[in-house]
Amino acid sequence: MTKALSHKKTFQKLCDDLSTDIHAELCDEVKEHLKDCPDCRVYVDTLRQTVYLYRGEYHEEQKEGIPEEVSDRLFKVLKLDDIRSRLQEEAERE
Amino acid sequence: MEKLSLEEERALVARAKEGDKLALARLVEAYQEPIYHTALKMTKNREDAEDVLQETFVTMVEKLHQFRGDARLYTWLYRIAVNNVYRRTRSIQKHEAMDINDPDVQQIHGGQLSEWPETANLLGEREWIREVLAIALDELPPKYRTIFILRDIQGLSIKETQEILGLSESNVKVRLMRARNYLRDKLSTSLEEGVHYDEGA
Repeated sequence: MTKALSHKKTFQKLCDDLSTDIHAELCDEVKEHLKDCPDCRVYVDTLRQTVYLYRGEYHEEQKEGIPEEVSDRLFKVLKLDDIRSRLQEEAERE
Repeated sequence: MEKLSLEEERALVARAKEGDKLALARLVEAYQEPIYHTALKMTKNREDAEDVLQETFVTMVEKLHQFRGDARLYTWLYRIAVNNVYRRTRSIQKHEAMDINDPDVQQIHGGQLSEWPETANLLGEREWIREVLAIALDELPPKYRTIFILRDIQGLSIKETQEILGLSESNVKVRLMRARNYLRDKLSTSLEEGVHYDEGA
């Protein structure tokens, strides 16, 4: 088997492993290939970093939560604004 | 996303179906944020995101009696939200025709792959990387962007993503891999240009 074919076969397995979960444990065959293939190693690392970057950015956005006025309008549209006040009072008491 | 536990959700849904408004309000409160953020990522527009948010929960209130509980409520809500976004995106037909290829082995090994700086450094030190992330995600065709948002940003499982989008497992996996690779390539190009920019400064 040429090196190119070995890359391709490993690549397909890699794609399958990582498409399930970016944190997924890579199969032994892939790990073995990565030991000797710096390009594939960089590819895996940068792929993982891509997802981490987006998750990190999302967590920053999550800290801001949903704008208060957006939530106010939502509950009003759903005719639940008076109930929401009760929820907020309960949350403050806790 | 901090979801309600399965038991909590089922109890609230059961009470809400009986007309308990407090239970209904709790469900809205639990899931308004992830639905809003997903809508925002997909529509890239605060007004549209708010409309999608409202439409989604109005549907939830109106059709909760039809919800059988086979899947989690939040996957049902995501499905409604995604469909609401698609209905708004009139150019979806044009975008659906666009496809991105599978990662190319030859491209990986033919070109030069550069390592990136540490992720912490990227996020903390360079404001422009935020803009790069947003632009790259915007450029991703909708069918890939949706999957990436649901799976990698919102953290939903492959199974949940399948249920929301009505796709097979293999379809979800293929689209996800293509999305990740597309974004990786875009970021890689931007980072290389960014390094050159710094070196010239």
